Amino acid sequence: MYVAVKGGETAIAHSLDLLADKRRGDRDVAELSLEQIDQQLGLAVDRVMTEGSCYDRSLAALAIKQARGDLIEAIFLLRAYRTTLPRFGDSLPLDTSAMVAERRISSTFKDVPGGQVLGPTYDYTHRLLDFSLATEGDRPAAPTAPADTNRTLPRVGDILEREGMLEPPPLDEASEDLTRQPLTLPASRPVRLQNLARGDEGFLLALGYSTQRGYGNNHPFVGEIRYGQVPVSFVPEELGFAIEIAEIDVTECDMVNQFAGSHDVPPQFTRGYGLAFGHSERKAMAMALVDRALRAEELSESATSPAQDEEFVLAHSDNVEASGFVQHLKLPHYVDFQSELVVVRALRAEVEARRQQAALDQAAE
Amino acid sequence: MTDGTYNYAYLDEQTKRMIRRAILKAVAVPGYQVPFGGREMPLPYGWGTGGIQVTAAIIGRDDTLKVIDQGADDTTNAVSIRRFFAKVAEVATTTRTEEATVIQTRHRVPETPLSEGQILVFQVPIPEPLRMLEPRETETRTLHALSEYGVMQVSLYESIARHGRISKGYNYPVMVNGRYIMSPSPIPKFDNPKLDRSPALQLYGAGREKRIYAVPPYTPVKSLDFDDHPFEIETWEQCCELCGSKESFLDEMIVDDDGKRLFVCSDTDYCERRRTLPEAAE
Amino acid sequence: MTDLSTLGPGLADPSHDAQQLFRAILDATSHPGRIVSLPAAPAGPGMLSAAAAAYLLTLADGDTPVWLAEPFDRPEVVNFLRFHAGAPIVTQRAQATFGVVAATTPTPFDDFNLGTDAYPDRSATLIVDVPNLTGGPTRRWRGPGIDGHADVAIAGLADAFWHDWATNHALFPCGVDIVFTAGAELCALPRSIAVES
Repeated sequence: MYVAVKGGETAIAHSLDLLADKRRGDRDVAELSLEQIDQQLGLAVDRVMTEGSCYDRSLAALAIKQARGDLIEAIFLLRAYRTTLPRFGDSLPLDTSAMVAERRISSTFKDVPGGQVLGPTYDYTHRLLDFSLATEGDRPAAPTAPADTNRTLPRVGDILEREGMLEPPPLDEASEDLTRQPLTLPASRPVRLQNLARGDEGFLLALGYSTQRGYGNNHPFVGEIRYGQVPVSFVPEELGFAIEIAEIDVTECDMVNQFAGSHDVPPQFTRGYGLAFGHSERKAMAMALVDRALRAEELSESATSPAQDEEFVLAHSDNVEASGFVQHLKLPHYVDFQSELVVVRALRAEVEARRQQAALDQAAE
Repeated sequence: MTDGTYNYAYLDEQTKRMIRRAILKAVAVPGYQVPFGGREMPLPYGWGTGGIQVTAAIIGRDDTLKVIDQGADDTTNAVSIRRFFAKVAEVATTTRTEEATVIQTRHRVPETPLSEGQILVFQVPIPEPLRMLEPRETETRTLHALSEYGVMQVSLYESIARHGRISKGYNYPVMVNGRYIMSPSPIPKFDNPKLDRSPALQLYGAGREKRIYAVPPYTPVKSLDFDDHPFEIETWEQCCELCGSKESFLDEMIVDDDGKRLFVCSDTDYCERRRTLPEAAE
Repeated sequence: MTDLSTLGPGLADPSHDAQQLFRAILDATSHPGRIVSLPAAPAGPGMLSAAAAAYLLTLADGDTPVWLAEPFDRPEVVNFLRFHAGAPIVTQRAQATFGVVAATTPTPFDDFNLGTDAYPDRSATLIVDVPNLTGGPTRRWRGPGIDGHADVAIAGLADAFWHDWATNHALFPCGVDIVFTAGAELCALPRSIAVES
């Protein structure tokens, strides 16, 4: 009868074996390669890199394979690897106007310098299952114009900004790093943005959505969304000048929002900002909505909705933390439960005793 | 780990220094929760990442480690954490409370009295004792700063008004050295008296919430109560089915379909010692 | 540029030596008044004791600015800490995580970060390098970590030092923490400790 809590070590070993077996599935089906995941499940790789805070397609693909496609588990795997890596320093801020854009749209103007570039998007697909994909086959390559790598794409926001219609981006604030320092409140905007960039896409999506339904509305327009390749530059201490160390794919969303102005500031448009690794428009847009919502206090707006509540949003956005704490309820809690049993039994006994006494008193009358 | 992939005890040296500095400040301000730059660990949040980070920052090759969960050395989580440190810190492990230099625990304090020089590392899910009364960190921080603990007194008093007693079974709040109200982690209140003036050093790690706090040896730890409703611990009519102990915390097990109950010690090492060494049972 | 030819060695085995040193420091901090010998402490640079150097090598790094009092603010000490710990050396006490002072440093507590009521952990730690941890006038220490009381006789400190300590202790939970160092030995005095004269 003591078996239930004995033999933990063997049970764990067997559980790990079963998991590995389950992961591989039917041996008659070809095993997935990391290249296949990277190339054909690329948006999953993008999400894992974004919320895993680590730009490495093959590591993210490995994590997805190991996690059997459970993306939050894959994000956790990548984070736990990332935390052991040495840090060399901070890169320079990305210059997204130097992006080689595969996609770039603005919903605030019919046309913009550089044009509306649809690129690859699900936006205009009819969501009909394509049964031809159920079997393998040759897929013709899409015709593409050669990328114009020399052309810079001016940001729509910058154009509005020159006119004074849109607030300028914030001045450089000293960078902090949430993965090395605990969150302190109130948080600076860079810290909030880092938190949101690492935050769960579903959580941010729901919060962003809630602002559109009136819980902290700020009249958003997509000033611009762009997706493409940008260089990453770094200044090594010993060199003293910037060198390009990588090119990465990012999605940037500059959300333009109404602002009524205040005593000192004339009405102008304000910004919410979103940035994600790879092609992750839903995430970047949700992030931009929540970023803007969290600026309520700074812009003297009344902060009454969940998406405007900095502590609520920042404390609950991380899916690795949330997943761990929700699932830790699976761990044994029988000691605490025993404590509760003792308390509740005592309370029930007292109520019962009072009832019996009352019955006796009544009978005696 | 010896393959060179990970540093000794998993954490890199800079992270260990950061945690060590936090531990020293925690010892200097007993019961105060020191924020620290908690790292992602290879185990999930909520499964002991705070305790693991504290243990990883203090443990060395000379140590003997004991890990318990619910008082038992062989529960799955305890096994998993013990294996982790045996692997990454090349450390000796034991189930004997008195042999251990470092004891990492979830939800229990061993029945065997601890001695000077031992370090008890608690895994803490929610370090803030006021959290369920006031969810905002910005608020609770101010309450601690001002030593403004009326909200806790009111909560305990309401429990008495409603139930005739303080109906809190575990995670029962304590006052440390007369200054800070502290969560003792979800240990049953049965274990609270063991925290008071313990000769061992108590370190508490909350990984997800990124807080470390401590109780130095011989420090007064008082369970909150009222003069007319003094603090009391759980008692059982039964004794341990295996070793006969009347003094230890008992786990209740359902052993057949009719709901027949059996009571055994939660502390497996204590129970086993009493069975194998008859003199220990005296 | 650091002149490496005059630089003394740091920790021989950075991971394991730091772990052993930290445990000795933790033992001292959790038992105020207890004198601990530091294992594997390398010789201190310049006027700095081996224990003070070992303390800093164990706990200081690029995230913890260090302030040095006059007898220690010398190139050999500065270079030692910069090279082995990567610690920035600052000229303002208020910026320092660690302050290194001598027994005779005037107003040793002034201007160091005391922490705030909301964040008392942000206060500085002072390393007070003294001639000896014993042989001075005996004072009675009481507080967390001490079973009853501890009689401690740090040498080389003026009465004014203990007057300042009483002021510091009264700020609890704010206030600086102290470690006294001499030779390869260390004794800790956290802010929580009351010292009777």
